[in-house]
Amino acid sequence: MSKRFLAAALLLSVSFAPAYAAKTSLVVGMPIEPPGLDPTVAAPVAIREVTWANLYEGLVRIDRNGKVQPLLAKSWEISPDGLTYTFRLQEGVKFHDGTTFDSADVKFAFDRARAPTSTNAQKQIFAPIDAIETPDPQTVVIKLKETSGNFLYYLGWGDAVIVAPETAENNKANPVGTGPFKFKSWTRGDRVELTRNPDYWQKDKIKLDSVTFRFISDAQAQVAALRAGDVDAFPNLGAPELFTEFQKDKRFSAVAGNTEGEIVAGMNNAKKPFDDVRVRRALMHAIDRKALIEGAYSGFGQPIGSFFSPNNPAFVDMTSVIPYDTAKAKALLAEAGYGNGLSITIKSPQMAYASRSAELIAAMLSEVGVDMKIIPTEFPAKWIEEVFKNKDYDVTIVAHTEPLDIDIFARDNYYFNYKNDKFKALIAEAAKTTDEKARYAKYAEAQKILAEDVPALFLFQLPKLGVWNAKLKGMWENSPVPANDVTEVSWTE
Amino acid sequence: MLRLVLSRLVSLAVTLLFVSLAIFLILEVLPGDPAAIMLGTAAREDTLAALRQELGLDQPALLRYLEWIGGILHGDLGTSITYKMPVSTLVAERMAVTLPLSLLAILISTLLALPLGVAAAARRDGAVDRAVLVFSQLGVAVPNFWIGLIFILFFSTWLGWFPAGGFPGWENGVAPALQALLLPAVALALPQAAVLTRVTRSATLEVIGADFVRTARAKGVDRSATLRRHVVPNALIPVTTILGLQLSFFFGGAILVENVFNLPGLGRLAYQALNQRDLVVIKDIVLIFSGLVIVVNFLVDIGYAILDPRLRSRA
Repeated sequence: MSKRFLAAALLLSVSFAPAYAAKTSLVVGMPIEPPGLDPTVAAPVAIREVTWANLYEGLVRIDRNGKVQPLLAKSWEISPDGLTYTFRLQEGVKFHDGTTFDSADVKFAFDRARAPTSTNAQKQIFAPIDAIETPDPQTVVIKLKETSGNFLYYLGWGDAVIVAPETAENNKANPVGTGPFKFKSWTRGDRVELTRNPDYWQKDKIKLDSVTFRFISDAQAQVAALRAGDVDAFPNLGAPELFTEFQKDKRFSAVAGNTEGEIVAGMNNAKKPFDDVRVRRALMHAIDRKALIEGAYSGFGQPIGSFFSPNNPAFVDMTSVIPYDTAKAKALLAEAGYGNGLSITIKSPQMAYASRSAELIAAMLSEVGVDMKIIPTEFPAKWIEEVFKNKDYDVTIVAHTEPLDIDIFARDNYYFNYKNDKFKALIAEAAKTTDEKARYAKYAEAQKILAEDVPALFLFQLPKLGVWNAKLKGMWENSPVPANDVTEVSWTE
Repeated sequence: MLRLVLSRLVSLAVTLLFVSLAIFLILEVLPGDPAAIMLGTAAREDTLAALRQELGLDQPALLRYLEWIGGILHGDLGTSITYKMPVSTLVAERMAVTLPLSLLAILISTLLALPLGVAAAARRDGAVDRAVLVFSQLGVAVPNFWIGLIFILFFSTWLGWFPAGGFPGWENGVAPALQALLLPAVALALPQAAVLTRVTRSATLEVIGADFVRTARAKGVDRSATLRRHVVPNALIPVTTILGLQLSFFFGGAILVENVFNLPGLGRLAYQALNQRDLVVIKDIVLIFSGLVIVVNFLVDIGYAILDPRLRSRA
């Protein structure tokens, strides 16, 4: 009886809520539907863009400035030798199914991620772990085999969120985490609905009652959905040429920020003529990054001269190391024995940024006597097979979207076929360095090596073109991790 | 009649078997490793191997083919690699959009085309005929996804009468669901209606010129009764053929229109599955699409026999 009365009262209060009461629902548009909702068993960015920080939480989190902040771990100590991490966990935290979160869940989640049968896409995060101990429910001690400068940072990624042993197996279709929003429904092909977690451990901070992620792949349809008010926010609009219209429209906030994606034209460094650094430098000199960004991305996006995200505190601008200079490009080509011209190919995937860039680069290279033929390929399936696995290519172009991934140039057998022992040693050292300043210095040096050695043509940082209702606040301007973190979002009226 | 149905049924089953083999072989040689796509470029070799084993991709091809066909015969379409749920559930969810969308489009297209085509033929070179000619020229020339975009701009963004895309689901009522399907159905129907109008018009014209029509008129049957009783039933035979052929275009066209209107239909599922190399889903959907076209053609064959008594005796 009283329950029914309460429900009726609630219903009335909702339907007669004064017009000025702030809205508490949010509809976020995304271009791609996630394949499953478990970020610990698959790589796609879309999974993180729905679940990270909203549904699942890690021991730590990355904030909007790219800094590591406490989350499920309220504090931690690192032993002087850098090998033992002792985490003190938040108390009173519950998973969405009502079970209590404690140190055993942390041990389970990390042991699952590093097990031989694990399908964690970033298994190397857990590689330094030697043992995980749980002296009491609120304490986790992680012992490492070797020091790891970025260990805490990696624990803030979607691949390292804490999942419960009771529910982990079904997280792909029915996710259970500790986050401020819990899973309500998934209309496949259309939307994922999340609803407020009434038992959230810091529920006072959360302003929204429901969050809906809608998947709209067509750029025109994205714009139509925003204009019609079907979608409140598109954190990553697909069409840069339509973005400027939103900048003029007072009903919307249109913010151009940075992602962690570096757009690079990778070269097959083991293959002639790309094994000659003079050729690689010449190609880099031939590219006018500003004109490229103008043509390929309507002028949005920051030029890069090396392989590091401008969001990262260790970023150094390297665009002046090999600037646009066609005379120098021609001279270098002549010196390398290609004064009479050079014919190469580029395998270009279907993404608009890639195919447009490939065309512009081909035009720029023809200015210095290089004939570059464009071969279309399909991302991800064909590209992974042909370029990434079989290394059957001259030049290719993709955005590398993982944060802090400069180490791909140090990996053996990576598709660039790039070998530089000095660089490799430097990256290994940086990864082990726990002192922040010293680590940043090593990363700066590594950026310089790449800028001078040009294993890939460094083009520009993939921008994050966000459009949302002007009354929304708390949306992320940049994405230092792939995410649509709505935990700080609210309506102003 | 029974013999006709039986012989057609046997050829239907044989065709489906060959289609399934073709689908499987094409997907075998299609480049792309589902495990590598799922785990991205940072994945380690041991992780990839673990996933391949989990997905059963390490089994020999023949075994996988037999398992697939065997499953289908038992009503089991397998489990989607990306969604981790039964394909039958996925397909059923998507059919709830694509089937009504296609049927609605066929209905609109037929209701538009038949009267227009007959009316145009009834008074050749008259005002109606000229208007119909312009309409059908435009309809054939303009692609359905473009019509869709214009509709969205006009009816959704500008007038606000319809949602700009998406589907609320049947569980939230029939009216909002139909509202979401109407614009895409019209966009899908118009180009096909244009073709069908032309066919109806020329088929009707041909019958109007036939001797038996002149005889009927000479015997004193009035104009509209001749049209109704003698001309239209005879003109329907070529029209049915085209309608049967068009059904496959409706399913194919649905892929584009579903994308523009952001409808969670079978076409978009197929597109997405192909992109992700969700081989289980692709195989099933292509088989279902092929099966639908084959079954529709079977029904059209039977339909001829019903419409045209001459065919019944011949079979």
